[in-house]
Amino acid sequence: MPAAILLIAFTHYPTVATVIDSLFSKATAIRPSRFVGVLNYQRMLDDPIFWKVLANNAWFALGTIPTSIALAILMALFVNRSIPGRSLVRMAYFTPTVLPMIAVANIWLFFYTPDIGLIDQIASWFGFSGHNWLGDPTTVLPAIMVMTIWKEAGFFMIFYLAAMQNIPPELEEASQLEGATRWYYFRRVMFPLLMPTTLFVLVNAVLNSFKLVDHLFVLTKGGPDNASNLLLYYIFETAFSYFETHFAAALTVVLLILLSVMALLQFFVLDKRVHYR
Amino acid sequence: MSGIDICELGKQWGAVVAVDRVSFRVAEGSLTVLLGPSGCGKSTILRLIAGLENVSSGSISIGGNEVTHLDAARRGVSMVFQSYALFPHLNVRENILFGLKVRKISQSERRSRLEEAAHMVGLEDLLNRKPAQLSGGQRQRVALARSIVSRRRVCLMDEPLSNLDAKLRAEMRDEIRSLQKKLGLTMLYVTHDQVEAMTMADQVVLLRKGRVEQTGRPHELYERPQTTFAAQFMGSPPMNLLKLDLIEDRSALAAACGGSLPAARFADGYVGVRPEHVRVGQSGLPVRVSATDYLGAETVLRMVHGGQTVFGKIDGHRRYNPGEQLHVSWPEEAVHRFGADGIRIEDPQRVSS
Ligand SMILES: Nc1ncnc2c1ncn2[C@@H]1O[C@H](COP(=O)(O)OP(=O)(O)O)[C@@H](O)[C@H]1O
Ligand SMILES: [Mg+2]
Repeated sequence: MPAAILLIAFTHYPTVATVIDSLFSKATAIRPSRFVGVLNYQRMLDDPIFWKVLANNAWFALGTIPTSIALAILMALFVNRSIPGRSLVRMAYFTPTVLPMIAVANIWLFFYTPDIGLIDQIASWFGFSGHNWLGDPTTVLPAIMVMTIWKEAGFFMIFYLAAMQNIPPELEEASQLEGATRWYYFRRVMFPLLMPTTLFVLVNAVLNSFKLVDHLFVLTKGGPDNASNLLLYYIFETAFSYFETHFAAALTVVLLILLSVMALLQFFVLDKRVHYR
Repeated sequence: MSGIDICELGKQWGAVVAVDRVSFRVAEGSLTVLLGPSGCGKSTILRLIAGLENVSSGSISIGGNEVTHLDAARRGVSMVFQSYALFPHLNVRENILFGLKVRKISQSERRSRLEEAAHMVGLEDLLNRKPAQLSGGQRQRVALARSIVSRRRVCLMDEPLSNLDAKLRAEMRDEIRSLQKKLGLTMLYVTHDQVEAMTMADQVVLLRKGRVEQTGRPHELYERPQTTFAAQFMGSPPMNLLKLDLIEDRSALAAACGGSLPAARFADGYVGVRPEHVRVGQSGLPVRVSATDYLGAETVLRMVHGGQTVFGKIDGHRRYNPGEQLHVSWPEEAVHRFGADGIRIEDPQRVSS
């Protein structure tokens, strides 16, 4: 019963309240809020920023998730070999995750600062001129993606490392005796055995990519010209900068639906290929 | 040509010497058991032969070719792991055929080998199951089938039966042995269980702390152990070893040993007697009964003489009460003599006879 109360208080009630909110108009000084049906949703369809933000999010997810998973697996493979100072290396990879996001974003702000930032300083040694990485609409999203990959790969590596340590070493030895190359073993044995981890990581990565807000807050505020704006940050802006709470509620409902659909898809589609026990 | 020749093989990890100048030969088509207590280097030797570990010193030849530093896959050996090493995401068929696929053996060849092997180990009806859906004995059979389809002449097994219950173990023991004979495999079989060694082996290599203690046919190890370690490792309960320094009444001992042995020959070292040769009677070495174990066909008596334990194995069911005073003796031929260093002293009379 206490669990049910908590669940209702913190999950169900806000969800229902959001859905209801999204069906009402904004209250102004002369007109109180009233029921408008799907008007907020129609407005959303006509809102070019909404579409832009959605596209940004799609690119962001596509650009960060496969790369960070691949990097995470590579790093875990590297650490999984018995190399000296293993725990130190493990710690180093994990650092991005234990650092507070805001601190991380500040570090990267220092990297990306035009002319005096680390990247431009190094580039200037090689004779390249400075570039405003976060100020240029064509480079701002990739710049944020690089930072996200860096952060997520270290986090996911820990899960992969744990999973790899659970694979009995005899499996590799048995395939080695059969003449399998390391790549064959990885492809036919290790990777399939890592599938449950990949599913878990994938769900997390997708959810994270739609939940990203703190980096944008520090680095770009979604700009320039919404080039780095993502859905959750747009909701945040709509609600707390423009005080369009009802429109923000409608956006939130869309976000919730997107997240649920993706989570369900992943579980049901990938589930079939994951469970071997 | 698939005999194995091990010559002065050594393996070290830093200061740990796991294998120390081990030499032995496994004749083609025969079964050799590597026997020894846990941690004596059995698995390490097997892994060195398989090519899963790098050799520190010495050499390994298989079928007359030196393979000491050859790649594991090219040594032509198959291996059955203690944990079976089945791939949990693949079904029985895919597990058995894994190696053939790696080596790109044709589809039709794969099918015929699978059929043959599955039939041999009785897995025909389970080919589509995953390892998790099999019993311990069935998993063991999959591992065997994987080794059979490889058609490799040399098979290495690392304690393959240790995860099975006693009844199944006896069954699989016979099955592995008959399979080995039928296919003419050269097999090296690791175990710490002397019963497996006694029942299966053509040759036993007894190991202790990384060294070969004794090599020979099972009955040779049993009947003529070269050291006190070998004497006590083979047989259950182990051979009785009476430390001579601790026995004051030498004439009683001489009487127990058949009475004809001159007392001067019993200066120091050990006298060894197998429990089944111990006779309980009115004369010989005085002992006190400390426990009896009735095992059905026989009774194991545990007795004490001056702080040293003497086991006796007696036919049928006989009641002795703890604390009861008895005398034990044994035939003269049953006596094994070991020096203070634990090494067998051959009795010149007996060797010639
Ligand atoms: N990878 C390793 N690194 C260091 N020492 C090892 C390693 N493998 C085995 N050893 C040591 O070598 C000795 C023999 O081990 P092993 O061959 O596994 O014994 P057994 O199979 O007879 O029980 C043991 O003392 C063990 O601790
Ligand atoms: Mg072992």
